[in-house]
Amino acid sequence: MLPAENIILIGGSAGSYNLILSCIESLPSVFSAAIIIVIHRNPKFITKIEETLTVRLKRSVLTARDKAIILPNNIYFATAGYHLLIEPNKTFCLDQSEPVQFSRPSIDVLFESAADAYTDKCTAILLSGANRDGTDGLQHVYHMGGEIYIQSPAEALMSTMPESAIAGNQNAKIWKNEQIISFFQKLK
Amino acid sequence: MAKLNTSYITFEELEEVVTLLKNISDFDLRGYTKSSLKRRIQRILDLQGMDIVDLKNAITNIDGFQNFLMNEVTVNVTEMFRDPQYFAMLRQEVFPYLATYPRLKIWSAGCSTGQEVYSLAILLEESNLYERSFIYGTDINNQVIETAKKGIYPVKKLKLYSENYHATNAPHSLADYYTAMYENAIFNQKIRNNILFSQHNLATDSAFNEFQLISCRNVLIYFDIELQKKVFDLFYESLSEFGFLCLGAKESLSHHNIMSKFKIINKEFNIYQKIK
Repeated sequence: MLPAENIILIGGSAGSYNLILSCIESLPSVFSAAIIIVIHRNPKFITKIEETLTVRLKRSVLTARDKAIILPNNIYFATAGYHLLIEPNKTFCLDQSEPVQFSRPSIDVLFESAADAYTDKCTAILLSGANRDGTDGLQHVYHMGGEIYIQSPAEALMSTMPESAIAGNQNAKIWKNEQIISFFQKLK
Repeated sequence: MAKLNTSYITFEELEEVVTLLKNISDFDLRGYTKSSLKRRIQRILDLQGMDIVDLKNAITNIDGFQNFLMNEVTVNVTEMFRDPQYFAMLRQEVFPYLATYPRLKIWSAGCSTGQEVYSLAILLEESNLYERSFIYGTDINNQVIETAKKGIYPVKKLKLYSENYHATNAPHSLADYYTAMYENAIFNQKIRNNILFSQHNLATDSAFNEFQLISCRNVLIYFDIELQKKVFDLFYESLSEFGFLCLGAKESLSHHNIMSKFKIINKEFNIYQKIK
């Protein structure tokens, strides 16, 4: 199967989980992009986000596996304890180098490598969080021709991450939660 | 992080660096994953305040720079008894089988600063297998090999190592195996006796012995599929009949053809046994 031609990235940390859930719940059953989500989670605690969502949404929600081809109409989560990167040949690649912004997986690392591989076919959305991960990544997505959106800090449970991102990305569009959800609803 | 300055490298420039290094040294980075390698090279440029021209110049003209580059490019994150359940699994599922061999040779490939090698030594000792064992620890990076040989680690790391050790259902205290002095802890001679550390490059060097167990964890994620295949062939060739191959938690043999010559011993921790 051919890899997805477009990707949509979501980066979230503290306070982002419920919104991410609403986004994927509102997705149509068929869409052409691949959705790749990185959410900060601690590898010491086993979370079963993918399994839980697969059951709840009655569609497969996958863990991004090393060397796997990024396929359309799929939802992927970054695994805990590893950085997730995207290769120029549109496959996933894991990396256990030092944490970035105290995070591994880091949103910056995924966004930067995704922008390199997908250039203007990449859309990135940054949500609530308590650190400044994602700011540099959004800059690079924009620099490579992609589109960038940031959750309105007024609606974010933790506003540090969106605020930092807005300060570093004047070209980003600021979206309310309903705009973010509606974006996923209308995907084709 | 000044990412968007003029020294930001492209894949074409990365390719040029890889080709240059390949042409004038023994280092071959062609099979490394590009996105990860690009980050590592970018990090070196940022830290050294270099651009791509400086980098190529240094590779060509500065003595020792090629080695420095390789040492900086390779990821050296490791700890003792990392993934404790993996070690518990080795003890329960693999060691009883290893106990049937009169002599044991073990290869820790990509051993970094040696923590996994000392962990294996302790595990073997506690299963009364260490006396007949010999562990080879290898890494492409000559600097980490020197650290590994010393067997000296900062005391502040020992807390995590001890927690990991206990999580393997260990019968003793990790402190039984080292002597702490000021800021450092050194591992005792007894568990250092049957260990040899040396430099080995998985991408370019060949088989050097026959082993009953090969452990190569969190190394193959940095290689592309073709290089992975080559390394799996090297491991296959280096394993004795019914020898064990242990990979990292996210490194699976199952998407490779060579899987047909192995049996899965533990799926979660990617432990395999050569059967053909």
